[in-house]
Amino acid sequence: MSAAAHSVVVPSTTAKRVAATLVIVYALISMIPLLWIFATSFKTPPDSIAYPPKIVFTPSIEGYCNLFTTRTRQTREYIDALPAPTGFCDETTRKRNMVIAGPSNFLPRFVNSLVIAFGSTFCAVFLGTLAAYGFSRFRVPLADDLLFFILSTRMMPPIAVAIPIYLMYRELGLSDTALGMILLYTAVNVSLAVWLLKGFIDEIPREYEEAAMIDGYTRLQAFRKVVLPQATTGIAATAIFCLIFAWNEYAFAALLTSGTAQTAPPFIPTIIGEGGQDWPAVAAGTTIFLVPILVFTILLRKQLLRGITFGAVRK
Amino acid sequence: MTETSSTLLDRATEAAARRTPDGIAKRVRGLSDRMVAWLFIAPTILLLLAINIFPLIWAIQLSFTNYRANRPNEPIKNIGLSNYSRILNDADTWIAMQATAHFVFWTIVLQTVIGFTLAYLIDRKFRGHAFWTTIILVPMMLSPAVVGNFWRFLYEPQIGLFAYIVSFVTGLPTTDIQMLSNVSLAPWSIIIVDTWMWTPYVMLICLAGLRSIPDYIYEAAEVDRASNWRQFWSITLPMALPFIMLAVLFRGIENFKMFDMVNLLTGGGPGSTTEVASITLKREAFEKWRTGYSSAFAIILFVAVFGLANIYVKVLNRVKSR
Repeated sequence: MSAAAHSVVVPSTTAKRVAATLVIVYALISMIPLLWIFATSFKTPPDSIAYPPKIVFTPSIEGYCNLFTTRTRQTREYIDALPAPTGFCDETTRKRNMVIAGPSNFLPRFVNSLVIAFGSTFCAVFLGTLAAYGFSRFRVPLADDLLFFILSTRMMPPIAVAIPIYLMYRELGLSDTALGMILLYTAVNVSLAVWLLKGFIDEIPREYEEAAMIDGYTRLQAFRKVVLPQATTGIAATAIFCLIFAWNEYAFAALLTSGTAQTAPPFIPTIIGEGGQDWPAVAAGTTIFLVPILVFTILLRKQLLRGITFGAVRK
Repeated sequence: MTETSSTLLDRATEAAARRTPDGIAKRVRGLSDRMVAWLFIAPTILLLLAINIFPLIWAIQLSFTNYRANRPNEPIKNIGLSNYSRILNDADTWIAMQATAHFVFWTIVLQTVIGFTLAYLIDRKFRGHAFWTTIILVPMMLSPAVVGNFWRFLYEPQIGLFAYIVSFVTGLPTTDIQMLSNVSLAPWSIIIVDTWMWTPYVMLICLAGLRSIPDYIYEAAEVDRASNWRQFWSITLPMALPFIMLAVLFRGIENFKMFDMVNLLTGGGPGSTTEVASITLKREAFEKWRTGYSSAFAIILFVAVFGLANIYVKVLNRVKSR
């Protein structure tokens, strides 16, 4: 009998082929929007709004030029009187009867995103590691309630939290500051960090520290020299999850920042050109914004499941 | 005292510490475990108290007043429960709740069906399944705001790729596929984007559920000559159920408070067809500046999410014990 010839849990070749085809079709379809973003970022504005949508086109970096610059319309005579263009962006802009007026806000917004994401990740992971160790190794009174409390803060609707935070930050002068955003994102991320890291630290045998303490280490030394090196992978994975959250966050950023501390997600939708949204520039900004996350997703693929279930599901 | 005697004393204490039971020994050589525990946990708790609980208490207090954040100098009047009774009796609230329920219900149904099917197929372990799984996972890691914003372009009736593909497949003219401005299509436009983004999430958790089923159960079923159909209904599905529940609950909580993607795609429109609860809340709080009223609304939403979170953690613990 065929069932006896190979293990029953190994599906037949036909079943595998059908499964593979369906999964690959789904994967390819789900990639279309992302490929379209990437393609659009290399189109010229006229190509981007062509009907039918252009799949074959001559690539251009005009979208990236427009993303990083602001431009003003000028008369042909004025442009002809200018000295020779200094680069591709200059030249393309002039062909559209415009001149580059200066840098756009994209770069400062992108830098804000970097500062706030890295700052809050560092704080959240630092606090989270300590708290996770505390919950993992000591009998903390009401530990389950405290852990639930910590998790529940992450589940609050962001707009509901934003109302009092808005008032509080106005009083404290933290509105539209990087520090305010770092504090807020730290508070949101620390819950994830505690839950994830507790799982990772639970997996490190207690015997290691106990042995170190018998050798004369204090509890703190054992934590620093034995537990932390063992938890490096877990800490790195947790940090990437926190980073991705802070990087992607929109609701708080849109409501609590407006200028100096604004991050990229609320900025990108506001990129407009002449006569509406400048889609190649938006696509260029989106591409630059998404690439780091793509890299992290590939790095994290083994830990992904753990991250999205707060450390509960480990395989 | 001389230096030598103090070192001697130190040595004596250390020797004593070595001989004494573990707990006391640690106390002599460093901080006690209790101290370390509190030292480690307290900063996190304090931060959450300052950034989450204090504002929450403030919001509760404001919810009983007519305070408006754009008029800080106006006297604040205590109006008791009237914000709450107005919200619960307002027809607009129920329209928003209906929009939210429609969104949550259909996203969960679609994501669970597609996600579980994908997980089941991937669990056939065909060649390259790990690679394709990673590809499928990409959308859920991206920023819902930034990607949601780009979907506006895909949905454009004339130039958008989505309308073009749909009209190519169905033969309808592209001008008929007004995803964002047609009253009956707009709710589906947000469901499609959410399903595209979050099906991988459900899939990943379901996959873990399927992989947690030990092989010997299937082997026993095979010995009993249970059909594949029978095995699916009496082994696969019930054993994966807690994992499916976990995914459903989490998506339920997330979509109940959905804001970013909807705000950028439709902004609640056309009319108020896609005005989910968070959009209403944002309008009340940050456009009409009815701070007291919107605080009451926020508290109502928070209580609902808190209840769901409670159930979520119970399921989480059940899954964990597997």
